[in-house]
Amino acid sequence: MTVPVHLRHDETFVLNLGPQHPATHGVLRVKLTMDGEYIVKAEPVLGYIHRMHEKLAEGGTFAQFMPNTARMDYLHALAFNHGWALVVEKAAGIEVPERAEYIRVITVELNRIASHLLWWAAFLLDLGGFTPLLYAFDDREKIIDLLERVTGSRLTYCYMRFGGVYNDIDDEFIAGTRDFIKRLRGRMPRLYHDLVTHNIILIKRIKDIGFISAEQCRRYGATGPVARGSGISYDIRKNEPYSVYPEFDFDIPVFAEGDSMARYMVRMHEMEQSMRIIEQALDKLPGGPVMGKAPKVLKPGAGYYYSAVETARGSLGHRLVCNGDKNPYKLKLRSPTFSNLSLFGEVAEGMLLADALAFMGSLDLVIPEIDR
Amino acid sequence: MEMLEKTRIALAGLFPEPVPPATLEGEGGQDAPPREAGALVTDPVKHGSHLDVLCRPDQVVAVARIMDSEGYFLEAISGVDWLDKQQFEVIYDYNRLDGEHCRVMVRTSVPRDEPVVPTVTGVFPAADWHERETFDFYGIQFQDHPNLIRILLPEDADFYPLRKDYMP
Repeated sequence: MTVPVHLRHDETFVLNLGPQHPATHGVLRVKLTMDGEYIVKAEPVLGYIHRMHEKLAEGGTFAQFMPNTARMDYLHALAFNHGWALVVEKAAGIEVPERAEYIRVITVELNRIASHLLWWAAFLLDLGGFTPLLYAFDDREKIIDLLERVTGSRLTYCYMRFGGVYNDIDDEFIAGTRDFIKRLRGRMPRLYHDLVTHNIILIKRIKDIGFISAEQCRRYGATGPVARGSGISYDIRKNEPYSVYPEFDFDIPVFAEGDSMARYMVRMHEMEQSMRIIEQALDKLPGGPVMGKAPKVLKPGAGYYYSAVETARGSLGHRLVCNGDKNPYKLKLRSPTFSNLSLFGEVAEGMLLADALAFMGSLDLVIPEIDR
Repeated sequence: MEMLEKTRIALAGLFPEPVPPATLEGEGGQDAPPREAGALVTDPVKHGSHLDVLCRPDQVVAVARIMDSEGYFLEAISGVDWLDKQQFEVIYDYNRLDGEHCRVMVRTSVPRDEPVVPTVTGVFPAADWHERETFDFYGIQFQDHPNLIRILLPEDADFYPLRKDYMP
């Protein structure tokens, strides 16, 4: 026997979204206070996959933390590898050979495309479109195969070393990468843009939904495609150049609308820019070793170090404090989606639940990276 | 470098005494001489930040207000446990989303047995989660924080895992 529930207009109820909800892509829980279909208050509850990487970093040597970095953002793991390598190289003053820098950029950008492809697939799956997932995974598989060839693993890479990379790339990888770029460029207009981007159902679902202003990005410290979708031209690769990025000609896609569609467009354009970087890097690829001289036991001088890299989701920062010992005294990981998600509560207020899910998808959340 | 000078001048009002010349090397080591409060220009190639600001805990909010009006954003808040000095250090990293790149590191120290720092959530909402995380890992109390509860650890946890004397 069911009794129909009649809510008074001013009566609210609490709805738990997650931690096992498919739209939260992992174990994010959002405590929603609802007035009917409308959100009165949204409060993300974190920590369901917290593993305390920062404590693990203090417990081992610098090199021993490298495998952990890939287990935070498992979709753009090479950028996390790169970030950790950069901050330690900065602290210990290790030089990296030019060929290794180029290989780092090529693999990181390939990984960025794979990450954006998976985001695209999962985002559209959230919105109810299944077919795009098959196209995106088809293309992503090619990248994973290429990266497996050089790194030895498919997702959780441990490829970077302090002073270079673990393995050189070969002709087959270069040919395969060129083939892949040609293939993705060929498929992009019809399978990605005609089928999805210009699709009226998608436009109605995400256009003018989830507006984030540039000022909101600044107050909450949002970076990456979220900031670039709000008209802020901020990309670590340009603003605070690292590695050999200054040698390449590429643009930072910026859309000023601030809605979910703008963030969608930023990521779609970024894939093309990543392909441009990879092509130039392959053209200019210098010879030489892929590993420089690095001491077996690292003991960086005591002090405070900060280094940032641009991951697929935004600015990843490492705040490293050393006391001259062979393990990090303190490591703080400033993960991009931790800050990006913190504005969810403010933006989701007053939204329809279905729109909030579309908005959440457009933030491109990777929960292990938020929880660390 | 314009932004750096502008920020230095904006912060100078908080620190009336001139800063004695000191280098960052050796800072934090056991025999390093204690540095006076103030802003110190550092090499971004070596340290990643352009300015190293050391302030008293009661100046944290004033610094945040200056950074806010200069158009900075709060990148991260981290705690450090200096067990041998019996101090907790809180590090605020400020950075810019537009224009010239300039990262400012603001540091403050509190005694380990009474770790209380005023909250900057009133200035930057970004501080909300970062302060909760620092509280979660170190037990540092952020005074007047609207919702200072655990964020990543279980809500019934009774330990602070990043304290150097924490034994699981």
